[in-house]
Amino acid sequence: MHTSSAAAHPEAHPPDHGHDDHGHHELGFWRKYVFSTDHKVIGIQYGLTALVFLLFGFVLMMLMRWQLAYPGKPLPSSELLRAIFGGSMVAPEGHMTPDMYNAFGAMHGTIMVFLAIVPLAFGAFGNYVVPLQIGAPDMAFPRLNMVSYWSYLVGGLIMLGSFFVPGGAAKAGWTSYSPLAGISDTALSNPNIGFHPVFNGQTLWLIGMVFLISSSLLGSVNFITTIIQLRAPGMTWMRLPFFCWAQLVTAFLLLLAFPPLEAAAVMQLMDRLAGTSFFMPTGLVVNGAQVAISGGGSPLLYQHLFWFLGHPEVYVLILPGLGIVAEVIANNTRKPIWGYRTMVGAVWVLGFLSFIVWAHHMYMTGMGQGVATFFQTTTVLISVPSVILVTSLLISLWGGSIRFTLPMLWATAFLPMFGIGGLTGLPLAFTFLDLFLHDTYYVIGHFHYVVAPGTIFAMFAGIYYWYPKVTGRKLSTCLGHLHFWPSLVLMNGIFLPMFLQGMGGMHRRWYDGGAAYEQVSEGLLHWNTFMSKSAWLLGLAQIPFLINLFLSLKLGRRVENDNPWDATTLEWATPTPPPHGNFDKPVTAHRGPYEYSVPGQPRDFIPQNQPD
Amino acid sequence: MEIPYTVSARQDTGLWNAKIGIWLFLASEVMLFGGLFSAYIFLRLGAGSVPGYVWPMHVLNVPLGFVNTLVLIGSSVTVILSWAALKLGEWKNFKLWMGLTLALSLTFLVIKSFEYKAKFTHYGVFLKSGEVITGHHLHAADDHLTIVPDEGHGHGAAKGGHGETGKADAAAGHGAEKADAGHATDPATLKGVSRQADGSLRIEKSEVFRYANHGPKYNTFYAIYFTLTGLHALHVIGGALVLGYFFFRGHVLYQKAPEHLANRVEVGGLFWHFVDLVWIFLFPLLYLL
Repeated sequence: MHTSSAAAHPEAHPPDHGHDDHGHHELGFWRKYVFSTDHKVIGIQYGLTALVFLLFGFVLMMLMRWQLAYPGKPLPSSELLRAIFGGSMVAPEGHMTPDMYNAFGAMHGTIMVFLAIVPLAFGAFGNYVVPLQIGAPDMAFPRLNMVSYWSYLVGGLIMLGSFFVPGGAAKAGWTSYSPLAGISDTALSNPNIGFHPVFNGQTLWLIGMVFLISSSLLGSVNFITTIIQLRAPGMTWMRLPFFCWAQLVTAFLLLLAFPPLEAAAVMQLMDRLAGTSFFMPTGLVVNGAQVAISGGGSPLLYQHLFWFLGHPEVYVLILPGLGIVAEVIANNTRKPIWGYRTMVGAVWVLGFLSFIVWAHHMYMTGMGQGVATFFQTTTVLISVPSVILVTSLLISLWGGSIRFTLPMLWATAFLPMFGIGGLTGLPLAFTFLDLFLHDTYYVIGHFHYVVAPGTIFAMFAGIYYWYPKVTGRKLSTCLGHLHFWPSLVLMNGIFLPMFLQGMGGMHRRWYDGGAAYEQVSEGLLHWNTFMSKSAWLLGLAQIPFLINLFLSLKLGRRVENDNPWDATTLEWATPTPPPHGNFDKPVTAHRGPYEYSVPGQPRDFIPQNQPD
Repeated sequence: MEIPYTVSARQDTGLWNAKIGIWLFLASEVMLFGGLFSAYIFLRLGAGSVPGYVWPMHVLNVPLGFVNTLVLIGSSVTVILSWAALKLGEWKNFKLWMGLTLALSLTFLVIKSFEYKAKFTHYGVFLKSGEVITGHHLHAADDHLTIVPDEGHGHGAAKGGHGETGKADAAAGHGAEKADAGHATDPATLKGVSRQADGSLRIEKSEVFRYANHGPKYNTFYAIYFTLTGLHALHVIGGALVLGYFFFRGHVLYQKAPEHLANRVEVGGLFWHFVDLVWIFLFPLLYLL
């Protein structure tokens, strides 16, 4: 890391450094690594926290897959699980109770979406890479950035804490539909457990969500302002790397789609704490007795508010991944990505359309034929920009002399995986097909192909790609292959049979994996053990990654220079790892982001900051 | 390390950072209140389809609401004047106008709290028969309630639908608040209700479906009323805290970088205008329509 020390480059100080009285303070440990305002430290904090949650959400699902494969059989180490999660979760005989299955299902979804993927894709990669790529010294509002992370962490800890209150974590699904979510985890739903009025699963879920939403709002304001204001001289809009465009659109989605969910969370909190009836219909009967509430509320209203966020959220999950894949593909095919301008246009159209497709999640609610037709039309429309994006990336491979580095392996695998996820979504857009497929495993397979082998593969591509910039060392290739190939096979082992099961009519919320509905699930049940074993093996396949991530910090091969991948974008023009303030000297962009293999040039790449 | 464009504008965008930041933040605030306003529309449209439930209208104190509207609009003017004073370098005028803004925000909150208190001490008892008895001084015993019924109009008992339609609808009266004198019955004649010596009513709990003050759980109108105005009041408090910080601690920054303080006041002022604007929607929506 010869370039990392400022002493080695005394001439590298920016000219105005002398009267900058902040730059030379040696910050203490707490300000440097814990309450840091440096976008890179915050990005790493986001990344590590999100990876922990990703693993935790995966463990929840591995336990659920035990119940699906071997319904009613005692869980492995059930005594320990009973000690951790309590008697209402693990039955005395050692098997998973329905409450535990519901809680784990709800929390798997919540944790994966709000605590793992979004913070990883947006919080971690966005924070670390975007200011570097646009040539900025930091985010526009560094302290707001810190608050954003801590708000996320508090929200996450509240969610985690909710597992250990009486009755356990929220059980009403990650969507928290009212009126179920309005009465669950209260004395109404089960008088025997002794739910606390505030410290119960569902209420804590809502409070946690308010923190997570606030975190996203602060983050998105910061990202948009940073990209608009802090681009380096010469970094015009059409010289912005595609990753930054993807993050910009993502930030707008978070900014405008999350607040209605915050409104819904506030109203559901009011329903639970103040006894209002925002989402509680008239004449609601629970356990045979009419609930003493005013009624007059609208359960459909909750679904509208939820999915107004929920659908743009899908694109929040995928767009940063597409951005990473675009960077990795351009770098490893040694070619400009195909159709950069088209992709920028498509990503904006996608962002806009994502605001007017939400009710395709609600075809079955009886909201009306006309409404359903409108949303069916917009949903089919949104496939156009999505296909443009994926096709552009696919064509980018054409005629390239591809280097199959570790990041490129993940990026290449991303394309067909995301393609399967996207194409299986098309039938769901149509109301008449959705009638049959709604809430079956087909839907689970569809969106998991988008998010699990889709986005998560892109996240891995990003981790393998930028790790050398963050640490100054490369991840081990051997361990990387041990991670990639089993993951690719096993991901398909989990999710491909879901299409078969779903088309066979298997419902997504069956607690016993369909054993009680043998007339429907006959011939499809045996897939359950296959899928569960795939999931557990997938867990094993992450061990090489974890070893690699931590051991390579000390043992990885040092990068030979600041730009080990021979890349063009500005993050590689910084010292390794970049110091507080990022660039040694003022940086200027002179050209587009992907000038690879320009004919007549001595090298096959021209960095953006290289003058003509 | 210094973040560029915190005070002076970037040339090609013509803006400094915080100005973009606050507009983005306000955009998200629009979506937040938009979600609640759409909830208002949903609940109000849905009210008609629920048997016996009539959306209460004109149940809030219009003169107080009107005064509060003027107070907030006034504070929007004074906050601009305080910013202009800073721009002109008139520190004393800044203190004057900012102090007035804070005083007006406090006035708004005091008036609002009187409105809230009037609702919180006004009760309604929903009988299983569908009748509603409204009044004050409700006390709950183990097996019965006592309440001093509202004077005048129908002695506080009402059937559903009387509030604004005037139709003698036989359905249950969840939500109707004002009784129509012509159709109301003496509540003491209802089953399980008897008048006591001091004029208050004794209501057997066996006949009561539920009872509540006119707080959020009274019906969906009060639910959205308190949620919207409560969230708005939180915004007023938050805004006042920020402006109060400029008022009390602004001199520190003013001595170092007056332009920076002016920018901050501008950002705070933009937020304050937004809070004002929300109220300008809330007042007609909740008080007049």
